Amino acid sequence: MIGMISYLAFFSTMAAIFAIAVLGLNLHWGYTGLFNGGVVAFFGAGAYGTMILGGRADATVLGGFGLPFLVALAGGVVLAGMLAWIVGLLTVRLRHDYLAISTFGVAIAFESLTRNAEWLTGGARGLRGFPRPFEAAVGNNFVYGLLFLAFVLLVLVLVYIGLERLVRSPFGRALRAIREDETAARSLGKNPTRLRLTSFVIGSMIMGVAGGLYVSFYAFVSPQDLAPILTFQIWAMLIVGGAGNNRGAILGAFLIWAAWTASGFLLARHAPVAMQIYTGSIQYILIGSVIVGMLLWRPQGLLPERLETSAGPDRTRPAGTNTTATTNKGVT
Amino acid sequence: MTAGPILSTRGLTRDFGAFRAVDSVTLDFGRGRMTGLIGPNGAGKTTLFNMIAGELPPTAGQVLLDGQDVTGLRPDALFARGLARTFQIPRPFRRMTVLENVMLVPSAQTGETVLGALFRRRSMAAEQRRMRDKAMDILEFMTLDRLADQPAGKVSGGQMKLLELARALMGDPTIILLDEPAAGVNPSLTRILVERIEELNRRGTSFVIIEHDMDFVMRHCDPVIALAEGRVVFQGTGEEARSNPVLLDAYLGSPA
Repeated sequence: MIGMISYLAFFSTMAAIFAIAVLGLNLHWGYTGLFNGGVVAFFGAGAYGTMILGGRADATVLGGFGLPFLVALAGGVVLAGMLAWIVGLLTVRLRHDYLAISTFGVAIAFESLTRNAEWLTGGARGLRGFPRPFEAAVGNNFVYGLLFLAFVLLVLVLVYIGLERLVRSPFGRALRAIREDETAARSLGKNPTRLRLTSFVIGSMIMGVAGGLYVSFYAFVSPQDLAPILTFQIWAMLIVGGAGNNRGAILGAFLIWAAWTASGFLLARHAPVAMQIYTGSIQYILIGSVIVGMLLWRPQGLLPERLETSAGPDRTRPAGTNTTATTNKGVT
Repeated sequence: MTAGPILSTRGLTRDFGAFRAVDSVTLDFGRGRMTGLIGPNGAGKTTLFNMIAGELPPTAGQVLLDGQDVTGLRPDALFARGLARTFQIPRPFRRMTVLENVMLVPSAQTGETVLGALFRRRSMAAEQRRMRDKAMDILEFMTLDRLADQPAGKVSGGQMKLLELARALMGDPTIILLDEPAAGVNPSLTRILVERIEELNRRGTSFVIIEHDMDFVMRHCDPVIALAEGRVVFQGTGEEARSNPVLLDAYLGSPA
């Protein structure tokens, strides 16, 4: 029984951490239309930043300053924000697939950096050892797992509330206008460059929060954690859940993580032995199929974006009538 | 209030490669006037608009707004100085409501910065209520109030044209550039649009209107300016335009 609860806590902690990253991506893609193909770079900046600042001292690397957990986490988040600011300034003229390709490149470069800057990141063997907050005070591993889950959920709720406030404000309205038509927004006095950059930095910092929580949970990070598949998983979560809907983003994170975990479990259990060595590859195919299938048959996601009507968010309109990209180009 | 033209161009020129789309255009647009800009397709009308509105940097020449050199300013900066423009093909924010399309416009809203949106919730809400009232007044004026909560991508093409003007009005512009406001709009909406433009003009807003419909231009615009092959070929009243041989030439294709 305790084993089951313990596993559920582990599962939920991971799903909630991913959900935070998906919320960050939702600000980029769902609300601003920024095609970030390098989620893992900002997740990784938060992860490595937190680990370097808060990890245990290690003679072979520069880091391991052992700073208090929240300070280390904040440092990781700031690092992710700074990376986003630099990348954002460099790519400010890029749109759509060009932005996706260049951010994807940034992620590859970041992974390569962590693999080679051994004096800082420990290279391929990664960084190990993170004094988990309050662990000594709790002692019991099982209780600690639940406590950490509660903390991650609290962060998730705070991020959700903050983002909901942002996207329902005039700031969020301006972001959506940029997403819909940048030229028109600029002709109406908005500054798309500044809005895009702000959205890019904030969304990336939220991804950095997820990365920081991830390493403090595992007390370990290596370049393996920054493989491109993580970017695609987070994208799949957003597309399945519903871009432009923060609840959808969270739902998608839990669903996709459940599907990922279950598929791994089932393949390991029931697939012929000869196939089992391909478990990872089969999972890649599955996640790709989920993305393609959703885009074909329900591009608005399970929980579509809602219109901001004057009576507040529209809760009565049936799903799907107000969200998909409209094709009404007719001029009467 | 300063005298003199609200908007001027001085030798405004734009090349696209070897092609000179607008060739040294020097014009004064009168304060409080409704200036018609006509000319055949490819005459450079929209290119001229795009340069004036800051969408396209000129190859040479200047734009003066209210006597001040604004050449090279971006569209958002020009809008803040009171110059608004609409697009030939409407550009609504499709997945936002008609009301949101209009409420977006006022600049420097409290909730438009991250900190304002997160921490100045009371003053933001009060400000939004005031803006909503103003936006609803404008939508009512443009006969769009019934559609306030509709997604802007779902209204008719003619209504999108009305919305373009409604959005511009939300910024309290002193001059509005309209690019073919009546093109493709059904007669009853065109009538509403024309009435509203004339009403705004009576209240003091200056207009520059690109329009192919000669009847429309002759009836409503004074003065009328004609472009052909990037140059100004005619300036005068609507009556004069009607009987001008050069103008007829330009529309039929000049032998030059």
